[in-house]
Amino acid sequence: MTAITLPDQRGHFGIFGGRYVPETLMTALDELLEVYEAAKGDPDFEEEFRYYLRDYVGRPSPLYYAERLTQTLGGARIYLKREDLNHTGAHKINNTIGQILLTRRMKKPRVIAETGAGQHGVATATVAARFGLECDVYMGSEDMERQALNVFRMRLMGSRVIAVDAGSRTLKDALNEALRDWATNVRHTHYIIGSVAGPHPFPMLVRDFQSVIGREAREQVLEKEGRLPDVLVACVGGGSNAIGLFHPFLGDGVRLVGVEGAGHGLDTGMHAATLGLGTPGVLHGAMSYTGQDANGQIQVAHSVSAGLDYPGVGPEHSYLKDSGRAEYVSVTDDEALEAFELLSRVEGIIPALESAHAIAHIARIAPEMDREEVIVAGLSGRGDKDVEQVDGLLAGNDERGEGGGGAE
Amino acid sequence: MNRIEETFASLKSAGRKALIPYVMAGDPDLETTAALVIELDRRGADLVELGVPFSDPIADGPTIQRAALRALNQGTTLRAIVDTVASIRKQSTIPIVLMTYYNPVLAYGIGDLCRDAARAGVDGLIVPDLPPEEGTELSDACRRHGLTVVFLVAPTSTAARIELVSRHTTGFVYCVSLTGVTGARGKLADGVDAFMAQVRSHTDRPLGLGFGISSPEQAGEAACLADGVIVGSAIINVMEAHAGESDMLRSVGEYAASLRRGIDKGRR
Repeated sequence: MTAITLPDQRGHFGIFGGRYVPETLMTALDELLEVYEAAKGDPDFEEEFRYYLRDYVGRPSPLYYAERLTQTLGGARIYLKREDLNHTGAHKINNTIGQILLTRRMKKPRVIAETGAGQHGVATATVAARFGLECDVYMGSEDMERQALNVFRMRLMGSRVIAVDAGSRTLKDALNEALRDWATNVRHTHYIIGSVAGPHPFPMLVRDFQSVIGREAREQVLEKEGRLPDVLVACVGGGSNAIGLFHPFLGDGVRLVGVEGAGHGLDTGMHAATLGLGTPGVLHGAMSYTGQDANGQIQVAHSVSAGLDYPGVGPEHSYLKDSGRAEYVSVTDDEALEAFELLSRVEGIIPALESAHAIAHIARIAPEMDREEVIVAGLSGRGDKDVEQVDGLLAGNDERGEGGGGAE
Repeated sequence: MNRIEETFASLKSAGRKALIPYVMAGDPDLETTAALVIELDRRGADLVELGVPFSDPIADGPTIQRAALRALNQGTTLRAIVDTVASIRKQSTIPIVLMTYYNPVLAYGIGDLCRDAARAGVDGLIVPDLPPEEGTELSDACRRHGLTVVFLVAPTSTAARIELVSRHTTGFVYCVSLTGVTGARGKLADGVDAFMAQVRSHTDRPLGLGFGISSPEQAGEAACLADGVIVGSAIINVMEAHAGESDMLRSVGEYAASLRRGIDKGRR
């Protein structure tokens, strides 16, 4: 079986993926899979999905030639896939549109979501408002304080935001609490997971909904350059924006590079380099690389970007890493902040801190590459949500690790 | 026949139902856990579930989450829990099942854990985030080492899933009484009679009923439907109410005895 046709029927990408959840949720996962398979083969669903992506989200998003960034770095030609221009400001909404349409097909009146610092929560609250569904978003209480603006946006659109006080009070714990809510209310509630993580079929269906990023990028780069790019670069937290960009290129000879958050540095213990330094384990319903100690307890991750601040990663990334098809590197908080400023200054584009990690890696590799070579980067979200935090950081007021925006 | 099967068989011939208390290993520390197991045995428990603390317990409500956190803050590890069972075995032969999320099992090594646990006198494993579909490796290792592996059914399980779980479980079927997570509730969930009847129609194995059971009366009602009654959060609530007090062990023992009376009164 090749990478392109994975997962297998039980949701496995090699040894990764699968379903490691309480029995209470198994039937709902079967139902979701069944409804999704039926929808995939239904032209009406495809048409509906396309319609909302076009007229509501504003797709296709441009593939922008970053001319001044290219000149500044003095090497490969750099293109940015502008997911930051989507409605709500990040790629997250591609997935929430798809899943809200599935929710309607399942006739469930309520959705829930987890959110790190707000982008997926906002994207879920947005589609819940649009389709008139009840929506509760779980968010770590620490993240709620830091991301008051996103909390307000969600509430404005009619969602409840529920504070999670357990554990580290961040994304990992919000996910735990959302899973518990789902186990309790599964008969009338759909859980819109925000990344390519979780039990089968989530990693598959979120990937499929996000693959619109890569399909468009592939077409656009062929049109502009007359050929495929040499390298794709995208940040990886859970990894939905990276998988969305990578997947349509899996069969091509294009280099795929995922960029994780190295936080204060890989040797400090304060990082989010799950693929870089983690080991295979089971977290949140799937087997994948996991940040854990020798006893199998999950460790708290750290990244300046809340969207990357997660000790797990989607199982397909684990598979792509082990099979060698994709490579995964990491970028420190400081490097990401430099890239945040760099892109703002030379292109007038303020990237999300998550996306700034991809830019930081490009700043390393582009100068070493030939001028005829082409890089496509996933610009997963816009940085408006991060300006206050970055302002504080640049002023030397070290709030590092205090929530960015969940737009990985 | 292992100790769990023997226990259910002898209870059945005596017309009795099993009391299955759950305590979190390492809460407040492993010495206390050992003393608790012995006290529970003395007070009429038939089988003890020993919880293994995990950082991300998605099937558990606030009570067991708090207990897990206390145990982890004590530095409790699965290895130390296995050693504790070995020390309990010097004083008690009560069947002991480890209830653990899957990741600590993986980190320990499936084969290594089953070997060490069996040697220490553990009788089986319950892994609430491991459905039978993903449980082949663990089932095989448990079989090799003479351990039972208990799978769970829930009110949301379809007939096909109940069938599947019944085929793979050994020892007993863990019936989750409600759609939700662990935690004491005021009454048994609606529809639990029909649910238990449905499970019963698929299997001859003993049925343990758990999640939400918090009083002797509820335990008695549960005993009418099941072969074993599992009580976890309610016991931890008693422990929390007496935390740091010299009568904690005795209070838990008295509570277990009241559950025992509830079950014996309620059984049919």
